[in-house]
Amino acid sequence: MTYLARRLVTFPLILLGVSLLVFFSIRMIPGDAITAMLGTEAGLLTPAQRQALAEYFGIDQPAVVQYGRWLWGVLQGDLGLSVTYGKPVLTIILERFPLTLELALLSMVIALGVGVPAGVLAATHSERPADVVVRILAMLGQSTPGFVVGLVIIYVLSVYFGFIPAMGSFVSLWSDPMANLGQLIFPAITLGFAFAASVTRISRSAMLDVLSDDYIRTARAKGVPARSVVWRHALPNALIPVVTLSGVEFGYLLGGAVIVEQIFALPGLGRLTLDAIGQRDYALVQGCVLFVALNFLIVNLLVDLAYAALDPRIRLGAR
Amino acid sequence: MRILRAIAAHPTGRIGAGIILLYLLLALCGTIGFTPHDPLQQFRIDRLQGPSATYLMGTDLFGRDTASRLMVGIGQSFLIAFASVGLASLFGTIIGLLAGWWGGWLDGVFMRSMDVLLAFPAILLALLIIAIVGPGTFTSVVAIAAVYTPIFARVVRGPTLSLKRRDFVDAARTFGSSEGYILTRHLLLNLVAPLTVQVTLALAWALLTEAGLSFLGLGTQPPAPSLGLMMSEARNLMQQAPWLLVFPGLTIMLGILGFNLFGDALRDILDPRTQRRTA
Repeated sequence: MTYLARRLVTFPLILLGVSLLVFFSIRMIPGDAITAMLGTEAGLLTPAQRQALAEYFGIDQPAVVQYGRWLWGVLQGDLGLSVTYGKPVLTIILERFPLTLELALLSMVIALGVGVPAGVLAATHSERPADVVVRILAMLGQSTPGFVVGLVIIYVLSVYFGFIPAMGSFVSLWSDPMANLGQLIFPAITLGFAFAASVTRISRSAMLDVLSDDYIRTARAKGVPARSVVWRHALPNALIPVVTLSGVEFGYLLGGAVIVEQIFALPGLGRLTLDAIGQRDYALVQGCVLFVALNFLIVNLLVDLAYAALDPRIRLGAR
Repeated sequence: MRILRAIAAHPTGRIGAGIILLYLLLALCGTIGFTPHDPLQQFRIDRLQGPSATYLMGTDLFGRDTASRLMVGIGQSFLIAFASVGLASLFGTIIGLLAGWWGGWLDGVFMRSMDVLLAFPAILLALLIIAIVGPGTFTSVVAIAAVYTPIFARVVRGPTLSLKRRDFVDAARTFGSSEGYILTRHLLLNLVAPLTVQVTLALAWALLTEAGLSFLGLGTQPPAPSLGLMMSEARNLMQQAPWLLVFPGLTIMLGILGFNLFGDALRDILDPRTQRRTA
């Protein structure tokens, strides 16, 4: 079986594993589900009311039956009801997801826009001052947590420029694109900072490999201009590992937006998850975690498919 | 000894090792209470004082000494990072070793389970575990260990698959060595190099994750000092007391940098193929 076929076969299995983990881990929370749902108000229930609620939600059934029902609901888009918001979990997630997605996409654009040219510059000036500077910056970038970057950005903007990024409310891309960009640009820089450092390092490493290949030497021997050798001949091949990294990192950006959304008070999916934990809204926690994990898995699968399209060795099962 | 000499000769490895040693010293001093002031004592009259001879890194809103709190915070972060990476490397190695050695359906079950854990972005898996168990130091250790166990399992399984077909393993079998003996004495010893590199790099990630969790208020709980928590507390005071932001921020960054530099140097030394390429 080729790598790709194996990947497609195991995908639903992993999805099933993820759903099992999410479902049963939430059921491991101490106390019964009614108390988890209603909090202190559960203490006011009579035994008959408690029993009626248990029957209504199906939690009087064996765990396997509960899981089957829940999974069937999930497959139909029913992730349950949020106790905090009094709305279906999926509705709340879909309200918050566009912000997180936009933030992740914007940070990816920033990371690739900075990281790839920096990596190429370092590789083409290998062991020279430009390379050393890029490597130091990339290492510092990889070692700096997002919240440190975010707080430094807020500090510099507020103290030196008297500008405080708009926090709390959020303007959607469709209602006012410029205001939306103004709100998301600094969080995106924060989120993309470490990612840019990773892209720089992997681009440099891949470019160094490609630049030592025979076909590049041949191109140079034939008198192809240096700029063309780097950007047209070497870079497309060097980008293959960058594509893989970007896909994996994109999944992480979706999940890692928790901290950035918290710092900049953005009402995205990450902050929703964090708030749901604080509010002990377990249906919402379960829904958010499942939703992000599903996105993460789909992105990774798409990356593998793209990788296979770019590199025939993967298609043929060489990996 | 040879590796120590190689690290001493490696420019970034030397810097990384220096930072780690310095942090270990500070963490030790913080843990045994050898700090300029009591990290929990509130000098109310000296609230929000800037760096001075008395308070090297200033004081916070409650008049607590930032330098002393940082020293204890480093100890706390290191404790969580080392404990979680220790657990992750132990369980990851056992799972990877057994999956690679036994192969077949057991390999499939073990590695697909690891794939399930890898399907969650690190911070999200940690959040899920914290949602179940509740925040705290022990939970942080478990959460970070769960995040990094699959990575160790993958790092170990790959080489195990190729090592088990090598002649020296066949020879050991012929001489009647037990499976346990072959796994621990022959296979595991050959995995020390990749594991060492992975442990060092995982320590950097663990420090990063721990700082993130405590920043979100889900790691070490106050009043115990923690680097991420100190940054979180500095958020609303950054204009009046920027030192509360600068010192913990630099401390976290330098700590992670130390492990990253050391890990890269180790990788260069133990796998010379990567030497030319790593930054």
